[in-house]
Amino acid sequence: MSILVIAEHENGSLKGATLNTVAAAQQIGGDIDLLVAGSGCGAVAEEAAKVNGVAKVLLADADCYNHQLAENMAQLVAELASGYSHILAAATTTGKNFMPRVAAVLDVAQISDIVAVESADTFKRPIYAGNAIATVQSSDSVKVVTVRSTGFEPVDTDGSASVETLSAVHDAGVSSFVKEELAKSDRPELTSAGVIISGGRGMGNGENFAMLERVADKLGAAVGASRAAVDAGFVPNDMQVGQTGKIVAPDLYIAVGISGAIQHLAGMKDSKFIVAINKDEEAPIFQVADYGLVADLFDVIPELEQKL
Amino acid sequence: MKVLVAVKRVVDYNVKIRVKSDESDVDLANVKMAMNPFCEIAVEEAVRLKEKGVADEVVVVSMGPKACQEQIRTAMALGADRGIQVETDETLESLAVAKLLAKVVEAEQPGLVILGKQSIDSDNNQTGQMLAALTGMAQGTFASEINIAEETVDVTREVDGGLETLTLKLPAIVTTDLRLNEPRYASLPNIMKAKRKPLDVKTPADFGVDITPRLKTLKVEAPAAREAGILVNSVDELVEKLKNEAKVI
Ligand SMILES: Cc1cc2nc3c(=O)[nH]c(=O)nc-3n(C[C@H](O)[C@H](O)[C@H](O)COP(=O)(O)OP(=O)(O)OC[C@H]3O[C@@H](n4cnc5c(N)ncnc54)[C@H](O)[C@@H]3O)c2cc1C
Ligand SMILES: Nc1ncnc2c1ncn2[C@@H]1O[C@H](COP(=O)(O)O)[C@@H](O)[C@H]1O
Repeated sequence: MSILVIAEHENGSLKGATLNTVAAAQQIGGDIDLLVAGSGCGAVAEEAAKVNGVAKVLLADADCYNHQLAENMAQLVAELASGYSHILAAATTTGKNFMPRVAAVLDVAQISDIVAVESADTFKRPIYAGNAIATVQSSDSVKVVTVRSTGFEPVDTDGSASVETLSAVHDAGVSSFVKEELAKSDRPELTSAGVIISGGRGMGNGENFAMLERVADKLGAAVGASRAAVDAGFVPNDMQVGQTGKIVAPDLYIAVGISGAIQHLAGMKDSKFIVAINKDEEAPIFQVADYGLVADLFDVIPELEQKL
Repeated sequence: MKVLVAVKRVVDYNVKIRVKSDESDVDLANVKMAMNPFCEIAVEEAVRLKEKGVADEVVVVSMGPKACQEQIRTAMALGADRGIQVETDETLESLAVAKLLAKVVEAEQPGLVILGKQSIDSDNNQTGQMLAALTGMAQGTFASEINIAEETVDVTREVDGGLETLTLKLPAIVTTDLRLNEPRYASLPNIMKAKRKPLDVKTPADFGVDITPRLKTLKVEAPAAREAGILVNSVDELVEKLKNEAKVI
């Protein structure tokens, strides 16, 4: 068996989710190659070569792979596919964008968001917002799989793989990048943070999130949000945790003014410890919380900041 | 321009689903069904394009058992002009749906196809991307804004890091994210009117599409349950527990 893992990166550096995806590949077993496709991404390939368990790094460095446009990525990956039994990418918005396109070009199913490897053709994945876990077996010749990072411990980075440069240039010419507005933050990324404090509609407005940020500063935490808080315009969409936002599993998740809708729980209920702060003792969030505090957040968050 | 919208019948998003005791599947007996929320947003966007004069016809399509005609009627009550159902009682994987949709696209020649980004039952998030591959069209997934020009469409996408804007050549495939719009409710007169709108019924065989599943579900189990926690009475107690019991701060 041989497995192609597609690296997640932004041309500058390798993203952590790649390490979890390689871990899933190791559980499948076989030779693992890591594809770095981008533009001006040589430094990423060097980093990728250090990822443990990787036999070879494939570097596709061309303008057309900048921003990993799905149309171009799918052609590149589908062309490489013939040598592999499995193709894996992280279930990030990048992986979710181009991987199904790869699968359709290859005329195979995609197995989305796996959280466990049972065997080389059998995987576990959450369905119905995580309210059920399905074990699925694939009969396709190539398994196209996206990997939920929280299901796999990241591999280390003290390896030394070789780097092979690919010359293939695939430009479908049907899409182009215009601009991006990326959130800038000195805080850890939501998907890799050890501690997360999230606010919901109960926060009242965007300014009040400053209270959570001060607590986050003390804990070295990331700040997240419910969809209601994002919809109300309190905070940007990249902070949304849940079924359709980010899936997180930190050591500590503090939910503040969040009711605990199924769709929110889907994104955080695998956290090691959950704290809920809500003034409504009936709020469903308390059913998953290890420690619940029934109180007005405007009283207890400043106090929490002070006592940490 | 003609806009094609794909809608799926799924369990209502408020239902907390349970698995069957034999772990063969989830229990869907007597469970409320509805249009997938992302598909409602897709219908709304198409109808708005028509109201703006950008689209001249909105065609809605759904694949599945007879009951999915309900969701087609709902879409027509919201403003779609006509419907197509591809009827089958078989389980449809995203690849099969995409293949059927590709045939509908071939027949209808829409200028834009709008799908939801994800079904809330399978949580697959695949069909739009697969359809784009099969038709060779450009794709704008997880859209929170779309702006149509003469021969292109600008799509703002919700990505992990924030927002990204792409220009796609038309015809193109767009999948909706939650913030693209807020769907309207159907009025009673429009629900009545929708009953008289045309609805074509086809089968996968009509299109010559093989819908045989590629995946076999061996088991469906409940997720590991969390042990019941405790209520604390003060911030002091909370901090003490986090430090000494959970040891996470
Ligand atoms: C298809 C679909 C996908 C979705 N995906 C997601 C998703 O990915 N993520 C997500 O989060 N949601 C998602 N949702 C939305 C979800 O259903 C809920 O609407 C949402 O999570 C509610 O957010 P909330 O808990 O902040 O707001 P609410 O449910 O309004 O809860 C606010 C809470 O704050 C408490 N509160 C108010 N004031 C105070 C105070 N002063 N002190 C303490 N507590 C206070 C209240 O008691 C209440 O419990 C999705 C919905 C759909 C239909
Ligand atoms: N059976 C179906 N009939 C019509 N559209 C569907 C069907 N299944 C999926 N879709 C469309 O594809 C989107 C994404 O679904 P999925 O890839 O299954 O998560 C949905 O929001 C629908 O727009």
